[in-house]
Amino acid sequence: MALVIFAVLSVACVGAVTAMILSQNQARNALFLVLAFSSLGGIFGLLDAPFAAAVQVLVYAGAIMVLFLFAVMMFNLRRPLPPEGKRLRTYLAAALALVLLAELVLAGRRVLAGGAAEAYPSGSAIADLGRLLFTDYLYAFEITSLLIVAALVGALALAGKTGGE
Amino acid sequence: MARYFWLIPLVPGASAFVLLLFGRRFSRRWVAWQASAAVFLSFALTVAALAKISAAGGGAAPLSKVLLSWIVSGAFSASVALTFDGLAAVMAAVVTGVGFLIHVYSAAYMAEDRAYSRYFAFLNLFTFFMLVLVLASDIVLMFVGWEGVGLCSYLLIGFWFDRPAAAAAGLKAFLVNRIGDAAFMVGVLFLLANVGSSSFAAINAAPGSGLLGPGPATLAAILLFVGATGKSAQIPLYVWLPDAMEGPTPVSALIHAATMVTAGVYMVCRLNGLFTASPAASSVVAWVGAVTAVYAATMALVQHDLKRVLAYSTISQIGYMFIGCGVGAYAAGMFHLLTHAFFKSLLFLAAGSVIHALGGEQDMRRMGGLRKRLPVTSFVFLIGALAVSGIPFLSGFFSKDAILTGAYAGGRYALYALGLAAAVLTAFYMFRLVYVAFYGAERTSPAPGAQSHEQPRAMTVPLIVLAVLSAVAGLIGLPALFGERANVIGRFLEGSFAAAAPHPAPSTEIALSLAATASALLGLGLAFLLYRRSPGIPARLAGRFPGIHRLLVRKYYVDEAYDAVIVRPLVRGAEAIYERFDLKVVDGALNGSAAAATRAGRGLNALQSGLVRDYALAFLLGAILFLGFLIL
Amino acid sequence: MIAPAAFFVLAVVLFVLGVIAFFVKKDLLTQFMAVEVMLNAGNLALLALAKASGRPDGQALVLFIITVAAAEAVIGLAIIVLIFRQRKSIRTDDLEDLKG
Repeated sequence: MALVIFAVLSVACVGAVTAMILSQNQARNALFLVLAFSSLGGIFGLLDAPFAAAVQVLVYAGAIMVLFLFAVMMFNLRRPLPPEGKRLRTYLAAALALVLLAELVLAGRRVLAGGAAEAYPSGSAIADLGRLLFTDYLYAFEITSLLIVAALVGALALAGKTGGE
Repeated sequence: MARYFWLIPLVPGASAFVLLLFGRRFSRRWVAWQASAAVFLSFALTVAALAKISAAGGGAAPLSKVLLSWIVSGAFSASVALTFDGLAAVMAAVVTGVGFLIHVYSAAYMAEDRAYSRYFAFLNLFTFFMLVLVLASDIVLMFVGWEGVGLCSYLLIGFWFDRPAAAAAGLKAFLVNRIGDAAFMVGVLFLLANVGSSSFAAINAAPGSGLLGPGPATLAAILLFVGATGKSAQIPLYVWLPDAMEGPTPVSALIHAATMVTAGVYMVCRLNGLFTASPAASSVVAWVGAVTAVYAATMALVQHDLKRVLAYSTISQIGYMFIGCGVGAYAAGMFHLLTHAFFKSLLFLAAGSVIHALGGEQDMRRMGGLRKRLPVTSFVFLIGALAVSGIPFLSGFFSKDAILTGAYAGGRYALYALGLAAAVLTAFYMFRLVYVAFYGAERTSPAPGAQSHEQPRAMTVPLIVLAVLSAVAGLIGLPALFGERANVIGRFLEGSFAAAAPHPAPSTEIALSLAATASALLGLGLAFLLYRRSPGIPARLAGRFPGIHRLLVRKYYVDEAYDAVIVRPLVRGAEAIYERFDLKVVDGALNGSAAAATRAGRGLNALQSGLVRDYALAFLLGAILFLGFLIL
Repeated sequence: MIAPAAFFVLAVVLFVLGVIAFFVKKDLLTQFMAVEVMLNAGNLALLALAKASGRPDGQALVLFIITVAAAEAVIGLAIIVLIFRQRKSIRTDDLEDLKG
């Protein structure tokens, strides 16, 4: 059963990203990514990380991509961007990306060759995670809240209308 | 309070620090008070510590404190440690006591100056470094103080740096001192290499324990003494001191008469174990001192500048101190250092008072008759002149007599004769100055800013205090004639010196005192005859012996000789190197590499397309290479 | 029970797709989306490895990364909006002020 779900979700995810590469419409691109990130959330669930899965769907597929959509609407580009003349770079980049793929697979094999350790029990994962966040990672957790405030203020300062404009 | 003796140098140091940073914001009044109070606090601490060790039996029980461990390198270590023994006590008392009086005097003397806070900051800084030099328990820390006072001397000689002569004099003092300091440093390193420890105790004990053979001991002692000739203005490195008179007069009194220039004498006394162990080095010290004493005195005979006469006199008197050290009479040398600090700073400050009153006039030929205009100044100057001339029962008489007695008792008759000759010359040039400047008809021309009344009290009170000290300080060093216990300072310093100076029989001592008195009176009488009774004679003498006169006026052409033999070839060599090496090789290499960089830059320019994707591509390539490196 | 290796392979594929997307696309907004894809691929890899190692620390890390990504997306979009306002264009190749 899990295998089926995994297969469906990964096909949806990879397919959505591929569709995004092929499509020229920005709004559609953003929607494809919503699909990709949502299915990724499901995959997170399969990895016994239910909290990460929920956050992925809420924050990524929900908040961040909606933000992108708003941005797309603001720019309001009616006609799609014309294709570019400089093809050489794209081919070069594709070739390099394939090399990267090979390397990453090799690296992953080496890492995973150590053999899978005992998987953590499914039920206690969230409780464990909470305990971890509020003990070992407490400072990081608090600093993250500062970071978000800073990002908020920064975004306002950057994009907000000022009196001069 | 004596426990806090280690604060003695730190108080003026902290004050200097504050003044350097914030001095410009303080009022002049506050600056003067703070600087003087800091030195006074040091003086109080010195007196307390002195009382403590004096009660504990002279130099037998020094106070010491390790402040921090400074250089630790392998087997060698040097720490910032202070020692307060009899020797340091005498010197520290001079530095803080005379220093305090000069601070007070300066408050009035420099009242008109723009850079008031800078002046007091430097003066405090000097006091700090001088006290570090004095209280250091090892030679490395002493060297720190030694260099520090040199720096302050440079800064204060060139205090009025907008006057070219002052700036040049500061530079000259600094450079000449560098020569001496280089030798000093080689000596220090030589000692460190051979003794393995930098503490004075270890160095003084090294010749006795066989760590240092006679040859190396002589070499080390002579190297250190070369440093002393620089700092204490002895032959051959004395040339900077007369020029140093370009600085403010209180500076001349403090640094170039009372304290810094006597640091060389102090250093020799500090390392008396080393110098005693090497008769050859001691002889060098004594002979350099004796020759300098006479030589500098002859130059003082014909100078017309008030301060320069005193400068040559200082050189000559320091020569005396070195005679004392060289013949083993270290206590006598220190005694003369002490009395000299009193009467020479008195003379300088009185001269400063004259210069101040006359609106900057320094030429004694344009003074005359000052006795009536500046009664206090004239009186104290007379006391100082009598003291430096060695007229009986003033301080200079006893200390000079102690040195001459030491030379005679050691069987060094030639040195004794030179000392006696210098005494005649000293009395002569001092009273030439007194008669020309303070007696006779007024020759002053009304200069702008000149005042006819006596100086403010901040100037006269230090003068009076120093005059009293110059008169009575000799009583702490009465000769053995007055009983074994009469020589207070000698007994006080006993613990600091390895060997006691030889004593002659009482009858010989009386004869020596009489000889010294006679020579002083002879000089005084000659001056009276030539400059008071019949003032035409000097000009006639100069006309009769034009060669000698010119030789003296031009200071034996030593400055010219140094210029021709050392300075010019150096400058020419430097110019040749500049033209051949700097311009061609160094600049060529520099210009060439700059041109290469420009060309390379032009070429690499093409890579900077400004397009985000190109940069990202490079980024990707880098990531791939890095990952590949990790995998392989 | 699916082997962690399968998840890892999926992560790698997503990452490479993100890289390709970044180079294929010509406008800042979509390129930024491609960056987000790469970031998610990284998260997936972290979770896969966390599962393989049996420790929940990887999950905590993923949470932080998502938070940071949110902040980064906000700032990034703000910058893009600013560029669009000034240049009236978000075509990447129009921006070549850094050209040497």
